[in-house]
Amino acid sequence: MGVGIVVRGLNAWYGKNLALKSIDMTVAANHVTAVIGPSGCGKSTFVRCLNRMHETVPEARAEGLVKVGEMEVYGDGTDPVEIRRRIGMVFQKPNPFPTMSIYDNVAAGLRLNGFRNRKQVDELVERSLKLSALWDEVKDTLHKKSGASLSGGQQQRLCIARSLAVEPEVLLMDEPASALDPISTSKIEELIFQLKQHYTVVIVTHNMQQAARVAEFTGFFLMGSLIEYDKTEKIFTTPADKRTEDYITGRFG
Amino acid sequence: MPKQPGDIDTLKLSLWRRLTDQLATWFAIGAAVLVVVPLLAIFVYLLIKGGGSVNFAFLTQTPKPPGEMGGGMANAIVGTGLILAVASVLGVPMGIGCGIYLAEYGRGRFGDLIRFTADVLNGVPSIVIGIAVYGLIVIRQKHFSAFSGGVALGIMMIPTIARATEEMLLMVPNIVREAALGLGIPKWRTTLSITLRTASAGVITGCMLAFARVAGETAPLLFTAFGNQFWNLKLNQPTAALSLQVFTYAISPYDDWHKQAWAGALILIVMIVAAVAAVRIATSRGTLKGVS
Repeated sequence: MGVGIVVRGLNAWYGKNLALKSIDMTVAANHVTAVIGPSGCGKSTFVRCLNRMHETVPEARAEGLVKVGEMEVYGDGTDPVEIRRRIGMVFQKPNPFPTMSIYDNVAAGLRLNGFRNRKQVDELVERSLKLSALWDEVKDTLHKKSGASLSGGQQQRLCIARSLAVEPEVLLMDEPASALDPISTSKIEELIFQLKQHYTVVIVTHNMQQAARVAEFTGFFLMGSLIEYDKTEKIFTTPADKRTEDYITGRFG
Repeated sequence: MPKQPGDIDTLKLSLWRRLTDQLATWFAIGAAVLVVVPLLAIFVYLLIKGGGSVNFAFLTQTPKPPGEMGGGMANAIVGTGLILAVASVLGVPMGIGCGIYLAEYGRGRFGDLIRFTADVLNGVPSIVIGIAVYGLIVIRQKHFSAFSGGVALGIMMIPTIARATEEMLLMVPNIVREAALGLGIPKWRTTLSITLRTASAGVITGCMLAFARVAGETAPLLFTAFGNQFWNLKLNQPTAALSLQVFTYAISPYDDWHKQAWAGALILIVMIVAAVAAVRIATSRGTLKGVS
């Protein structure tokens, strides 16, 4: 089951450059929350702070309160590796491990974390590929084909399966469909809709129609600040802030 | 198919452009041929000069005393294998480890220092490395040894392997590392099992280049492995090596030894080619469809 996320006073820097300014946001469990905004507004940085991927960039740091379920993401003695295990991430560009088979890609997170039971790995791989709606397309070539040999849309679903295999509680998606064609995109969107039964999903998107289609809640970021955060319907029909209105009506961004 | 606006002949390429295109293509082909010619020439020449002296005795017997006919280089063949094994055991892990540090951690001043040191080490003449190892190991142990020869060659392998590993790791897209870190795989595990694995083909090529380069080195072995007329399988004893044996025989006054020197050179090249080919075959098995 998914868990909720509470963010209070989150600041993030790249070197001396303040990229996120005191973000407060509460993400509901088992729902899809979209994060929208123009390029460079900090939306990717925001989700990367949630699983401490932000700090893997040289000179990047973040501070503030982030609670995922009962877990203090930036608490003293919290291990970022453990955080990332429980909060899965799907990236903008499909990034399967190029030299691994389809099966090994999905199993990688389990095996490299010391999970050795072969039968259970088999089961988790199958379950994850079914959840990400890729199973029927790859079940005959699991061990024969490399993950990199799949089409872009299939690769992205493979990456989703890979994240799901380690059984996270939250799934972060950083523009997961922006490199894909419309058909692959709609498959990913359907998939996101299914996934919220089991996971809390936070999705960054450039595409406002996509946010409107998949998310119950939407947050609008601008220049490192969260301008408005509400039910998706409200954001797209009667936004409270002028800047939100300007953005969604296409006046800038 | 009907003509389309983008077809080459509709672009009316000028004679000059077609000519330079042809010229550049033939230049590239010519350069490729020129690279292969010296290798083939050496190989054919060695076959002609030394092929006749390679026989069962040559491959199974130790050298005969000066002036006597016959004998072989079996002990040198084994000695070269022994020294190269020591060199690889030392040089490959240290080189790869150093390359990993440079690519994954060595961004600051210290990384630059290591990189500079590796490049300088790469340029140190091999005989100087031989003298250094002589001073550091041979003098202290008070005798020549296969081990010291292996150390000398191993040191020579490190910079080549380190820089090759670094380059290959830097070619792995960062999104691959991020994918692994995002799964909650620790950094060290990501580096070893994901990044290094993704770059493995290039890293192996780097190791083979370093191996092939030191396999024929003579100078660093002169005062380390030293050479030996008899069988030796002990690491702490002086050991024959093909390159040393070829050197000694080639400058000797005996005709029979000259022939054997050619044969030794031939065997050395065959050994290197065989080792490189074996590693290639062993590491290419189980390659998947569509690996880019």
